[in-house]
Amino acid sequence: MSTKRHEAVGLTDQQVLDMYYYMLLARKLDERQWLLNRAGKVPFVISCQGQEAAQVGAAFAFEIGRDYFCPYYRDLGIVLVAGQSARDTMLTAFAKAEDPNSGGRQMPGHFGGKKFNILTGSSPVTTQVPHAVGIALAGRMTGKNPVVYTSFGEGSSNQGDFHEGANFAGVHKLPVIFFCENNKYAISVPLSKQLACESVADRAIGYGFKGVSIDGNDPIEVYRVVKEAVERGRNGEGPTLIEAVMYRLVPHSSDDDDRVYRSREEVEEAKKKDPIIQFANYLKSVGLMDDASEQEVLQKVQAEVDEATDYAENAPYPTPESTLDHVYGS
Amino acid sequence: MAVMTFIEAVTLAMREEMRRDPSVFLLGEDVGIRGGVFRASMGLIEEFGEERVIDTPLAESAIAGVAIGAAAVGMRPIAEMQFADFIMPAVNQIVSEAAKMRYRSAGDWNCPITIRAPFGGGVHGALYHSQSVEAMFNSTPGLKIVAPSTPYDAKGLLKAAIRDNDPVLFFEHKRCYRLIKGEVPDTDYVLPIGKADVKREGTDITVISYGLTLHFALQAAEKLAAEGISAHVLDLRTLYPLDKDAIIQAASKTGKVLVIHEDNKEGGIGGEVAAIVAENCLFDLDAPVRRLCGPDVPAMPYSPPMEKFFMITPEKVLEAMRELALF
Repeated sequence: MSTKRHEAVGLTDQQVLDMYYYMLLARKLDERQWLLNRAGKVPFVISCQGQEAAQVGAAFAFEIGRDYFCPYYRDLGIVLVAGQSARDTMLTAFAKAEDPNSGGRQMPGHFGGKKFNILTGSSPVTTQVPHAVGIALAGRMTGKNPVVYTSFGEGSSNQGDFHEGANFAGVHKLPVIFFCENNKYAISVPLSKQLACESVADRAIGYGFKGVSIDGNDPIEVYRVVKEAVERGRNGEGPTLIEAVMYRLVPHSSDDDDRVYRSREEVEEAKKKDPIIQFANYLKSVGLMDDASEQEVLQKVQAEVDEATDYAENAPYPTPESTLDHVYGS
Repeated sequence: MAVMTFIEAVTLAMREEMRRDPSVFLLGEDVGIRGGVFRASMGLIEEFGEERVIDTPLAESAIAGVAIGAAAVGMRPIAEMQFADFIMPAVNQIVSEAAKMRYRSAGDWNCPITIRAPFGGGVHGALYHSQSVEAMFNSTPGLKIVAPSTPYDAKGLLKAAIRDNDPVLFFEHKRCYRLIKGEVPDTDYVLPIGKADVKREGTDITVISYGLTLHFALQAAEKLAAEGISAHVLDLRTLYPLDKDAIIQAASKTGKVLVIHEDNKEGGIGGEVAAIVAENCLFDLDAPVRRLCGPDVPAMPYSPPMEKFFMITPEKVLEAMRELALF
């Protein structure tokens, strides 16, 4: 039996099994949305496939209910750990009134919800980065001192808002975790055309804080590094930039065709490193899972996804007139 | 009641709100130790400390974006843009984020942020320290745009903006800062955002304006009164959403409407005001709606004769008002 790497980083057996459950739930919810899209039932999907390990590993490092999340559009794994349900995902996919992210107003992937401490997000990339810094600043003023997670892709790390936000957080030593999910492509444009530096993590140097590049396919390693960063943040030692390197296993969105910009061989090669398969193998190697219990989890997740799909499909739409609501408060 | 300048009223409003509510704080470039390049935040860092009067890095999108994040979790930030001209890097944050947070979350989140920005010319500021940028934002539901013209209104409206649960752009005409003085109570009062104000009652012509040019209209009205022309002057105060009832009422009262603003004409606030009048007051009108505005050139030049040519002056206002009265 292999050594339990997770114990060395402070994760219990139950926690790593929970991590696997969340990773699988995110994957199966994602796959279901693609099926529904291809069947003409939902207009749009934007995927987390290939990024679940990084997201779930990172989310486990935060204190749910105290810390805040300013996620980007692929972060299904993050919002599930933060408290969103399979139903919530499907209500969003079907754009139903009960969708907790936006009441059916936004495309899937535009997460939000006060009860989950997830700030509402938009489509222009990286605008959430300064928001995370502002939440951390407010947290310092009020003495609540949450640590704030914000994520973005490697392409988005070129945006001014990333740099302006990182600089502000660096100057004020604010507890913000800048989590770059480097999946190698900004839609069709590869990393080599996005950055001239070695890694996104290098960008932290310019802002006076630590930058780390890690294997985003390994949830235990992601947890370890994010946890350390969260602790530093809580101790007043400021922000950290973490680049989790992974691979986007599917096209950018349901409207993209990735065959024009990357070879099938490359994608197949990446699928061999699918984080969900790798993590299942790890759990088996340390005796926490066998084929039977793997099937059990899968069936549980499938049942959840089925139930959520049925529920959301049958849920009411927002009324047309509610288009006029929530422009201003009272 | 104290007589004070426009900018002193702005400072007073911020000081009172920061004393009243610990969640109010100020951030921007040079707002701390320098007290703002126009001195709008003079004395505030001494009273409230650098925790609540924050000299930020020189990066406008972060000033707006950080304020938005803080506002979303319950703070009441006042973000200062050093000049309205420099608001451009923050437009994505203001229009895509602040203005849409409530709507896109179906009322779950809101963004009680106030963004103050000195606007307007006549101070030898050339292209990039003279602009009026209000028209860039006035088709953005979710935002409110306020532009007071008097110290009394500045204090009451700024306090209202800070307490408002939605994002407010608060434009201060920089020529008004020290030129315009008026009585300002030291009491805690707020004025309603979304309400225009009749600054002078009259019967022959209606002038609708805001900011610096409002004062030129009042001065001209005084002179025209001696000629037997009675001008009704409406101060818009809030530029978005417009006070349609007040505009309709003011236009219908005299049937002759002149809209004045320093911002250039095409696509400006005046066009929207004219459209409201056209839609609602056709049978009350005795003359075509007129607009006296800045020229449609990219911005205000530096050289004095060019700057003067661009600016709306008291003489231009007097002439336009007289012409309309004689129509």
